[in-house]
Amino acid sequence: MGRYFKNIFDAVRTILIGMRITARHLFTPSVTIQYPDVKLKLPARARNRLYVNMDDCIGCDQCSMACPVNCITIETIKSTSDVDLGVTSVGSKKRLYVPVFDIDIAKCCYCGLCVYPCPTECIKMTEVFEFSEYERENLIYNFATMTPAEVDDAKRKLAASESTAATKPAPASRGTNS
Amino acid sequence: MEAVAEKPLTIPGFPRPLKNHEMIVNMGPQHPSTHGVLRLELIVDGEVIVDMIPHIGYLHRCFEKHAEYMSNYQQVIPYCDRMDYIAAMSNDLGYAIACETMLGIKVPERVEYIRVIMAELQRIASHLLAIGTFGMDIGAFTPFLYCFRDRERILDLFEQTCGARLLYNYIWIGGLSHDVPPDFAGKVADFCTSFKPTIKELNSLLTHNKIFVERTAHVGVLQADVAVNYGASGPVLRGSGVEWDLRRNDPYSIYDRFEFDIPVGRGEVGTVGDCWDRYIVRVREMEQSLRILEQAIGQIPEGNVQSAIPKRIRPDSADLYVRTETPKGELGYYIVADGTTSPSRVKVRPPTFVNLSILPAMSRGAMIADVIAILGSIDIVLGEVDR
Amino acid sequence: MKELLVDLLGNELLVYVLMAFVPLLWILPFALFAVWWERKIAAHMQDRLGPMRTGGWHGWAQTIADILKLIQKEDIIPTAADRLLFSLAPFVVFIGAYTAFAAIPFSAAYVGTEINIGLFYIIAVSSFVVIGLLMAGWSSNNKWSLFGAMRSAAQVVSYEIPIALTLLAVVMIVGSFDLQEINRAQSGSILNWFIFQKFPLLFAAALIYFVASLAEVNRTPFDIPEAESELVAGYHTEYGGMKFALFFLAEYANMFAVSIIAATVFLGGWNSPFGEALSGPLWGVFWVLSKSMGFVFVQMWLRWTLPRLRVDQLMYVGWKVLIPFSFVIILGVGFWVLLEG
Repeated sequence: MGRYFKNIFDAVRTILIGMRITARHLFTPSVTIQYPDVKLKLPARARNRLYVNMDDCIGCDQCSMACPVNCITIETIKSTSDVDLGVTSVGSKKRLYVPVFDIDIAKCCYCGLCVYPCPTECIKMTEVFEFSEYERENLIYNFATMTPAEVDDAKRKLAASESTAATKPAPASRGTNS
Repeated sequence: MEAVAEKPLTIPGFPRPLKNHEMIVNMGPQHPSTHGVLRLELIVDGEVIVDMIPHIGYLHRCFEKHAEYMSNYQQVIPYCDRMDYIAAMSNDLGYAIACETMLGIKVPERVEYIRVIMAELQRIASHLLAIGTFGMDIGAFTPFLYCFRDRERILDLFEQTCGARLLYNYIWIGGLSHDVPPDFAGKVADFCTSFKPTIKELNSLLTHNKIFVERTAHVGVLQADVAVNYGASGPVLRGSGVEWDLRRNDPYSIYDRFEFDIPVGRGEVGTVGDCWDRYIVRVREMEQSLRILEQAIGQIPEGNVQSAIPKRIRPDSADLYVRTETPKGELGYYIVADGTTSPSRVKVRPPTFVNLSILPAMSRGAMIADVIAILGSIDIVLGEVDR
Repeated sequence: MKELLVDLLGNELLVYVLMAFVPLLWILPFALFAVWWERKIAAHMQDRLGPMRTGGWHGWAQTIADILKLIQKEDIIPTAADRLLFSLAPFVVFIGAYTAFAAIPFSAAYVGTEINIGLFYIIAVSSFVVIGLLMAGWSSNNKWSLFGAMRSAAQVVSYEIPIALTLLAVVMIVGSFDLQEINRAQSGSILNWFIFQKFPLLFAAALIYFVASLAEVNRTPFDIPEAESELVAGYHTEYGGMKFALFFLAEYANMFAVSIIAATVFLGGWNSPFGEALSGPLWGVFWVLSKSMGFVFVQMWLRWTLPRLRVDQLMYVGWKVLIPFSFVIILGVGFWVLLEG
């Protein structure tokens, strides 16, 4: 019998304690923000959408190999010796045309593994996180800057230089680059 | 109305015939409190559970097969993140320790300390979520949001450190992806001091609430021997009164340097091993994690966190099993290396998968509302159960 | 009031129809407002902001937008459902909740029907709701809905007993079932309110009535018929669109009905707390509504504080705690009245 009354007393007491806590919170300022109107500043290391600075890309394919979900597609064309593609901002010489540098951002898992191996620090994760699209195709980002004409030009030049190399008595081991 | 003759109903593909007064109720995979896509086939007599068949695999993402097909060991870590996505840091830690043991790498002191801090912060975050959702399963919505509010602060710390809030890819083989930001220790200390009153508040709002106690005490009792026989680990095992914590019993990293207690269930309001005990073990573990954090942040040595990261990971043919104490229990990695740059086999022993297997044994004879409470007290993450 | 209208319009039937719509004029805006209010209270108790965008000032138009959305939704009836009962159930529930308002006095001058068994009538018709809930649960042909309906039936039937008994204690003092009579018995000073009389018997009665009324309207901690985390949504799992909105409306109408009865029976109804000051027919409307809103607030406050009970514990609270205490109160009040002569 004593237990019965103690239970009732405990129930009332703990309910009142709980009500006091929620009542106190009724008047504490909220911790949430009005998101699209107010935005928090993301920390400097925030890992969101990838960005590739093509001016610095040397087409080394290391980011593509580091990617655990294979979302980066890179194709390269060798440049001929008469063309100077310039140097990157860290001073390494560019030797490859990069006609295709696609990132399927829909596949990307934002792990950041592609960022670390890049020798020229041209691929990085930005603070942009609002990039939803209605079509999934729009999430395949083409970073390559070459126009189709330039690609054809580069391919033709390479083919020409290889054919001239092939006519010369050159070492047989030198295969054609597709 | 004429009496219905007792004629058992045989269902094709179903383990046993149903009696007349029994009914199959399908709970999940779309159900508010199965914590993801778990499906429970309940055989009920009114509201009382006669038997239960859990069905898993709705979130199977081939983690183990993916791990074999990666081109190097490092690439497995983002997949480890996605197993127990509530405590990604702890998964990474286990995998990193396994690979380091295989390669024989000694990681710098600074890395060890930062890893312990991260793992303990992660433990608090994971327990906060477990406690909050458990409260919500019982019907208390407000503590859930208080827990999330504080979990957000831990996620903020993680985001400042590694840039991600949930899937960190922070603990690497041999080191860390980033050093901690300059004022990190101060922020963790701030969190520790401001989090203690929250635990008190949570205790008076939820833990000792009479209705909550009534709903959880004496419910889903798991005896210590049953728990051990099923291979339970983590708070589920400790809730049954077994003092078993890998941080103490099989120390890894630098856990042997810290002072902390292992809270166990003592049946304070009910029977030893009931839902309330499993719940209170989590609450007390958060307090112990705060103790570890307070000890660790004062001792972080200087150093380079990336100095021990190997350029190329190519272990000799070997196999080993490494286990760590994640917030949910013993997470074991069994890794077979075949001398190439990618693992030949990665077998994971997920704690929640093993813990979930006790659910039918605990639920028989309970009511439908109790199943929800028991499931919440086990604290499963389907990403880890199904992998 | 009625006589005045009959004189004005000349047709008694028209007056009855008109007066039947008067509570609706209050309930509809109340439900819209209360849903928004509940969301704001929940949000602020949980350190959130709640709806903030729709309508500008603190999202006041959020429920209006929700209702517009619900109206536009397709009216889905599951193939396996019993079509007639399925469509009828929300109306039965709402009618059950709404008919109670016929006998509730909103002011000294206004009450829908001045019947001398008003309180008895309200207790009787409010149990009508459970038929609608059972219809909804059964006709949905969903096991979760059926669970919800069965729980709800057991719950409402059990908790009507303490409600009736506690109200009976007041009826014994007043000697009438007429709510206006009960109101008039509490006029004068604030100490005449029944919650302060025969202390602590009627105070305990008010408490028991309030707890039981929470169960009657399926509010936390007794919200097991629609326990979200167990039964998905209970008896209205299969409902969508306007039918769901009707259930929602009925729930809020019911919340208000039990609150206004509590205000009338225990808190002096339309009587002003300041004696003769600020009293009068219009002030009466203000007082009774604000007192009931106070009760509604406490209902919301409890909802966002407490977990919910299990179904057997609910029965324990009803049969082993509330009912014995109600009997003790009845006995005590009976003797008290007898001794006072």
